[in-house]
Amino acid sequence: MPEARQLTRRGLLASAALLLGGCDKLAGNDQTRRILASAEALTQTAQGLIGAPDALAPEFTLADLSPAFRANGTTDPDTEDYTALVENNFADWRLEVDGLVERPAKFSLEAIRALPSRTQITRHDCVEGWSCIGKWKGAKLAALLGEVGVKPAARFVVFRCADALERLDADNKYYESLDLAEALHAQTILAYEMNDKTLTVPHGAPLRLRAERKLGYKMAKYIMRIELVDSFDAIAGGKGGSWEDLGYDWYAGI
Amino acid sequence: MSGAAPSIESSGREESRPRFVFVRRHAALTRLTHWLNALCFFLLLMSGLQIFNAHPALYWGNASDFNNPLASIGVKADAAGVKRGVTTVLGHAFDTTGVLGLTALPDGRTIARAFPAWATLPGWQSLADGRRWHFFFAWALAINGALYLLYSLLSRHLWRDLVPTGGELKNIRRTLLDHLRLRFHHSAARRYNVLQQLTYLLVIGVMFPLLILAGLAMSPRLDAAWPWLPALFGGRQAARTMHFLLAFGLVGFVFVHVAMVVLTGPWNNIRSMVTGRYRLKEAPDA
Repeated sequence: MPEARQLTRRGLLASAALLLGGCDKLAGNDQTRRILASAEALTQTAQGLIGAPDALAPEFTLADLSPAFRANGTTDPDTEDYTALVENNFADWRLEVDGLVERPAKFSLEAIRALPSRTQITRHDCVEGWSCIGKWKGAKLAALLGEVGVKPAARFVVFRCADALERLDADNKYYESLDLAEALHAQTILAYEMNDKTLTVPHGAPLRLRAERKLGYKMAKYIMRIELVDSFDAIAGGKGGSWEDLGYDWYAGI
Repeated sequence: MSGAAPSIESSGREESRPRFVFVRRHAALTRLTHWLNALCFFLLLMSGLQIFNAHPALYWGNASDFNNPLASIGVKADAAGVKRGVTTVLGHAFDTTGVLGLTALPDGRTIARAFPAWATLPGWQSLADGRRWHFFFAWALAINGALYLLYSLLSRHLWRDLVPTGGELKNIRRTLLDHLRLRFHHSAARRYNVLQQLTYLLVIGVMFPLLILAGLAMSPRLDAAWPWLPALFGGRQAARTMHFLLAFGLVGFVFVHVAMVVLTGPWNNIRSMVTGRYRLKEAPDA
């Protein structure tokens, strides 16, 4: 009986917190977070059923370009290694592609530029709510994956970067991931040009991801390595990205 | 004459004694979906303000013109170097310290935050948590709303109770004047008056659907599948602004709605939305 009464009391307290305390007591609870996050799978499934699976994100004209495209997240990785790469104009930079691929390889910037490319003027949507329109040129990720050969077991493409969310936690480098369908999408490119100029450091030089049907935090900057995996479990927080490890949704299509 | 008088008096007394009858006003499904909708809207509003706080500025068109927002909330130092909460609307700046921009936490500390902690879900700043609450209850609101619409169409509740007749539409001027004088006709409470009908149709048929569409227009994945969706509002940032304005339009509706509930007999009104029974002063066939 006392236990039941305690449970009732706890339930009443939880209800009061919900009504009066701005739900903070509930909102800080991991079980609540798990229940609320269950809607993410519903969103992903429902949106996957709408329109063609390979539908293109809206594209714009030069007249629509944002006069000041906001650089968000890290605007300079500011590590010894990265600074050395910048000083040498990325001549020593190599993109490592490994994991579940037939032929692991390293690509110079020249080799990336030699891959089939796509140019697109698209809208960048930050999870915070703002949008900017920019023109991007880059190697099709599908072409790069074709070069190395994706093993049948591979399910996700993981992008490993030179920057870190917290400068003090430099070992915890930024990473992001896409599933194979999104990685092979026509507008998914490894961009080396922005608004007809070589990609600058604030925007992720020498190479950043453009995945135009996703929110900004999916589009990794300062890419150093691409790894194909069948699961995120062994990577950092196990959620498939640096922001995902902090609680943001992996889908990021809404 | 004198002999008859008492009998008339007594009969008059009898007739003046109030006779109450209960009429069935709201169907069970209407009542259930009404309260679920109220809960969802309340939580969506608070989590929406949490999301808005991540970038407290509104724009028009496809992209954000950071230097010229339609409206923004922020913190600026005044001439004496003291921080003030400043809300700017169409170029006009207002000092909103304590309410918007610079607001108090529950422990009394002042913090730079657009909407105050008491108005957001969760109370602390967390875009990730705000998004989780928002998308969960967006699904709940949409499913609940679809259920209500389906029921209202099948049961003809929509045509029977909400769509005004020609005669009712002709009465709109008189009904409006009566409402402005706070004169409410309780005897006619078995049917919505024309102002209620039009307001409910506006909320159910226009504001909520547009609010949902404007919210969906902010999804980059959905914009790929349905490019017409952001275009409908004039671009993604315009859709975000419309989403915000429609939400506050509904907040305005809730204030008027609750005021009318209070002015026209709060307990009777609330009982009718909980149990379905509404008390009238006359016989149902009178």
